[in-house]
Amino acid sequence: MSETAEHTGHHIDVKEFHPRAQAAIHDPKIRKNFRSAMDGLMSKRKTAFEGWDLETLRDLGANVRLRALANLPDLLEQLEKKLIENGIRVHWAVDGDEACRIVRDICKARDAKTVIKGKSMVSEEMELNHYLEEQGIEALESDLGEYIVQLADETPSHIIMPAIHKNTGEISQLLHEKTGTDLSNDVEYLTASARLQLREKFMNADVGVSGVNFAVAETGTLCLVENEGNGRMTTTVPKCHIAVTGIEKVVPSMEDVSALLALLTRSATGQHITTYFNMISGPRKAEELDGPEEVHLVLVDNGRSSIYQDDELLDTLRCIRCGACMNHCPVYTRVGGHAYGTTYPGPIGKILMPHLIGLDEGRHLPSASSLCGACGEVCPVKIPIPDLLVRLRQESVDGDKLHPAKVRGHGAKRSSMEAMIWKGWAWMHASPGIYRFGTGAASKFRALQPSKAGAWTDYRTPPKLAAKTLHQRMKERGQ
Amino acid sequence: MSSRETILQRLRNRTGGELTVPECDFSVLVRDDWSTKERIERFEKMIESVHGEVHHCTEDMWMERLAEVLNTRGARNLLIPKQHEIGQSLRTAGRNDLPELLIYDEPIESWQSHLFNEVDASITSTRGGIAETGSLILWPNEDEPRLMSLVPPVHIAVLRASELYTTFHEAMKAQNWAAGMPTNALLISGPSKTADIEQTLAYGVHGPKELIVLIIE
Repeated sequence: MSETAEHTGHHIDVKEFHPRAQAAIHDPKIRKNFRSAMDGLMSKRKTAFEGWDLETLRDLGANVRLRALANLPDLLEQLEKKLIENGIRVHWAVDGDEACRIVRDICKARDAKTVIKGKSMVSEEMELNHYLEEQGIEALESDLGEYIVQLADETPSHIIMPAIHKNTGEISQLLHEKTGTDLSNDVEYLTASARLQLREKFMNADVGVSGVNFAVAETGTLCLVENEGNGRMTTTVPKCHIAVTGIEKVVPSMEDVSALLALLTRSATGQHITTYFNMISGPRKAEELDGPEEVHLVLVDNGRSSIYQDDELLDTLRCIRCGACMNHCPVYTRVGGHAYGTTYPGPIGKILMPHLIGLDEGRHLPSASSLCGACGEVCPVKIPIPDLLVRLRQESVDGDKLHPAKVRGHGAKRSSMEAMIWKGWAWMHASPGIYRFGTGAASKFRALQPSKAGAWTDYRTPPKLAAKTLHQRMKERGQ
Repeated sequence: MSSRETILQRLRNRTGGELTVPECDFSVLVRDDWSTKERIERFEKMIESVHGEVHHCTEDMWMERLAEVLNTRGARNLLIPKQHEIGQSLRTAGRNDLPELLIYDEPIESWQSHLFNEVDASITSTRGGIAETGSLILWPNEDEPRLMSLVPPVHIAVLRASELYTTFHEAMKAQNWAAGMPTNALLISGPSKTADIEQTLAYGVHGPKELIVLIIE
């Protein structure tokens, strides 16, 4: 991942989370854009599940994902076999760099100059656009939100709604500057002009690149969920379609898809279903009149097989990328997606990114949470996100030399001072005499307690020690 | 070692050992069998909630309704299937209230810009619908290619009320999708839309601005 980041020059220092969060919190525009969007998404989700036995449905979602993960290597082989039978070429990439090179090689073999893209978070993870541009291949995003973000030379701030951090005025200004569209607050007008610009691009693009929501092993089918129709355009109009996906996206059958689809769109945007559910099982046949003549699938590992090794961390791979965890996260809602500085923001990003970039660089991510538990409660596949955050916090201060923790960069946040304080704390609590002496002394000299306690007292009154310890009071009551 | 082998080997030699395979009980997806009337009502409600339009028709008058729909929109032409009975009957009807009828019978490469710029509306068949989500099932083929339901600004779909399923789960089981899928299959649930600009809905961002369903009862 770090190498992938290097070749782009677009690297954001993930470690600088605090200054970015601070800036976002004091930016009323960011606060307003995210607050109103997240409020809307939360209430829409609630309405969309009315009439459903949501708990049972979530159990099914979790089991469908766990079953797929339990058979992951077999399913990947079955998927590959079936796709090849269907005429789709399959490629494997251990990391983002290799995946980028595979896409480049397919483009070069076709002498492709332009690539049109449907929304794909894995391609964001690979930083494919910048890579292709360096190779002299134009890569243009066609999802309206991604298109806006690309014009602004930014990254998505939400995995479902990439341009949610911008308001209409800002987008109008941007489109005006970059594409010559008239300044307007009329969203219909802005959308219609983007339609015109992108239709030209669809017609002339040499290759279409898309993501995949579910890959079905039984039938060799790539499923894409979308509302705009740009995904269908991307996978139908250019002569070559390249789909990129993480290795965890495979499921056994279409029946599994029916369960996950019912959960995905309702959790994401509160829609019962998206406008288009596009199922691709092969390139254009001889008798067909449209569709790509070549279809490729790039299966990307990029750290996933490492997560797969650990029974607890494995749950991260259940994710179906709905974004409900960020929509319901009090931290995400206040700081927005860019503060994290990672491809995947919010709660899922906090448990996924440390595996992709290491806990040294992503050291602040697991702590950027109040552990309120909302993410775990809304997750459609019941990923225990708060538990995983705690686990990663432990890993980030791990100092066990005999049985070191598993995540790359573990122990990066460990401070010997903090470790010593906790050691002392444990020692005091394990020795009744010293504990009584310590608490007794603290109560006796409580007048000396400082009135400021760091950041805590910036917004709160300082906690005051009681005149008598709990032990003393219990003794007085004769208990 | 190839990347394929590296990845598969890492997955197979998992340090955590064998994973347990949980049971998956899909009964939560099964809806009580709604009556045809309930299915139609729900379908209509769902399609309309996403800006689609539903017209109740019979075998005898759907063409008349189609002509109205096209005329109110001032459509200059209509793209129709060549083989399917919808296309056949439109061509042989000899009606003078229909716009020019176009047929998608050559590869896209030979008429791409015409399709993108000159075609006002298209009509396709469906392989049924899904009441619960208000979805149409389309399996594009050489008679009704993929772009037919995507590129023209108005897409008209003909749905037989008898082919309306309650849920997606039921539809895929009933039609035995597990046995094999076509090169492209679609669920279409409304016209193309986006909410990417400040969550304001706008229609027809890339695909059709309008989806009109003629239900034949």
